[in-house]
Amino acid sequence: MALELRNVVKREGANTHIYETNLTLAEDGFNILLGTTLSGKTTLLQIMAGLELPSSGEIWFDGQNVTGEAVQKRNVSMVYQQFINYPHFTVFENIASPLRVAGEASDKIRSRVMQIADLLKLTPMLERNPSELSGGQQQRTALARALVKDADLVLLDEPLANLDFKLREELRDELPKLFAGRRCTVVYATTEPVEALLLGGHTATLHEGRVTQFGPTSEIYRNPKDLVSASVFSDPPINTATVTKRGDRFHLDEAISWAAPETQTGLADGSYRIGIRPHHIVPAGAGEGGAKLTGQVMITELSGSESVVHFQLGNHTWVSQSHGIHGHDVGEVAEFEMAVDHAFVFSEGGEVVAG
Amino acid sequence: MTRYKWLVPALYIIFLMLPIYWLLNMSFKTTNEILGSFTLFPAEFTLDNYRKIFTDSTWYMGYVNSLTYVVINTVISVTVALPAAYAFSRYRFVGDKHLFFWLLTNRMAPPAVFALPFFQLYSAVGLFDTHIAVALAHCLFNIPLAVWILEGFMSGVPKELDETAYVDGYPFWRFFIKIFLPTIAAGIGVAAFFCFMFSWVELLLAKTLTSVEAKPIAATMTRTASTSGYELGLLAAAGTLTIIPGAFVIYFVRNYIAKGFALGRV
Repeated sequence: MALELRNVVKREGANTHIYETNLTLAEDGFNILLGTTLSGKTTLLQIMAGLELPSSGEIWFDGQNVTGEAVQKRNVSMVYQQFINYPHFTVFENIASPLRVAGEASDKIRSRVMQIADLLKLTPMLERNPSELSGGQQQRTALARALVKDADLVLLDEPLANLDFKLREELRDELPKLFAGRRCTVVYATTEPVEALLLGGHTATLHEGRVTQFGPTSEIYRNPKDLVSASVFSDPPINTATVTKRGDRFHLDEAISWAAPETQTGLADGSYRIGIRPHHIVPAGAGEGGAKLTGQVMITELSGSESVVHFQLGNHTWVSQSHGIHGHDVGEVAEFEMAVDHAFVFSEGGEVVAG
Repeated sequence: MTRYKWLVPALYIIFLMLPIYWLLNMSFKTTNEILGSFTLFPAEFTLDNYRKIFTDSTWYMGYVNSLTYVVINTVISVTVALPAAYAFSRYRFVGDKHLFFWLLTNRMAPPAVFALPFFQLYSAVGLFDTHIAVALAHCLFNIPLAVWILEGFMSGVPKELDETAYVDGYPFWRFFIKIFLPTIAAGIGVAAFFCFMFSWVELLLAKTLTSVEAKPIAATMTRTASTSGYELGLLAAAGTLTIIPGAFVIYFVRNYIAKGFALGRV
């Protein structure tokens, strides 16, 4: 039951929304589309669903070319960021509607709906209208409707984005359980790297209408193919700078340099881009050593268990993310240490050369 | 000062209500009393005027004719406007914005402009003096209005609702009738109300396109003198009855009327 996009392009007028994309989704677990707003996630989902026709290219499902086949004919279901339910149907009828259209027998519908409602904790609300429910319950209703038929392809377009924090965490924990034991391909679009890591499965990083990398989520996180993929998959944003390698040392500027880690000593001398995730830069003394950085603190965000410090380093704004409370006053010059063996080294063009 | 803050609204309301009160007052008087003296209340309370209207077919048929073409017009206008408004709200096509604006410009010409061509055309095809003739003529004004109102209400419904229904397996028409129409029921009500009102109060085309068979009540009413001289009490009673259908219909859409005046865009 694999979904495959072959050379899919989506243009509208002079704008290209999706550049040529080839993608074979994994059959098990979640396929996560990770990218910022307007990176093309929703367009890609609509093409996968059959709601939009690609300008060129083909969509294959389960070894069959389904390009141009009506969405009603495909066995898909979809959940949106907004809570979309049929406003004048009760929750029960909302969940039952895909089965009603399919012409199932009413006792079978009843038992199916009851089972799904139970799974999503909607049983007490079945006779209410969606407008009488909380946001979380409305989205649960939408999810229930997506799950009630055994869809081959389930598309989730930022389903948790409009929920408040607590509900989001709760539902995110439940999601993988809901799909466990089902034979279907799940595609999950999100803007949050953390969500991708928590849900696991496979991840495709999207940037301005291009899929920059696709593979198992942890693999993509650990070994980004290029600087763009690394930035898409980093929150807070990845720190970047241009460095020069001379001999076996990297020089960021006159004052800051470090010995190239073993894996990077083989690189030719010259100019490179480095990318280093914020949690590999911590206040001096808080980590395991590494290159020393000195910068002027611009913003400090304390979340209780974590400190995020934005500081000015030369003409770059870098971010440090560390455990515990590390309060810094704005304007203060603070010292940080960078775990240089975790830095990714990219060529000037952004291709990874060492990680 | 604050003791008299009720004064201005009270005066305003009296000012507004006075003509309606006077109409009602007159409808319960005899014509002699109306012409003979100035009285705030009917001295000789009579229901004769109303009795006459409900028994004399030249009078009550006026209401039947008016209601007939108004209802036909409302049904046609809303039915035709629904798919048009859906297209304007959901699809992009060449010239869509121009066409949409052009629709509204149909409302900008005075009905008198169209009286002559309609009269000639309907006479030629044998539609003169029929209910359908007036109903069709009023469509010229009401369909654009209904399209604008419905488009506003439809654009307030996220297109994801449509997509969800397609994904669930609904064919287009089944989705449109079973899910979409109930979702915008308030908008349909408001559009129907506006069509009803405009068609109900429109006099010029209705009068021009009819003579006997489909003569509207407003035409009957403007016939001020008859064989028995001036019948002011009777005319007042007819006027009072003319207000009732509008008041009746407005009751059902009272919560949405403001949105309707904003053409559904609030």
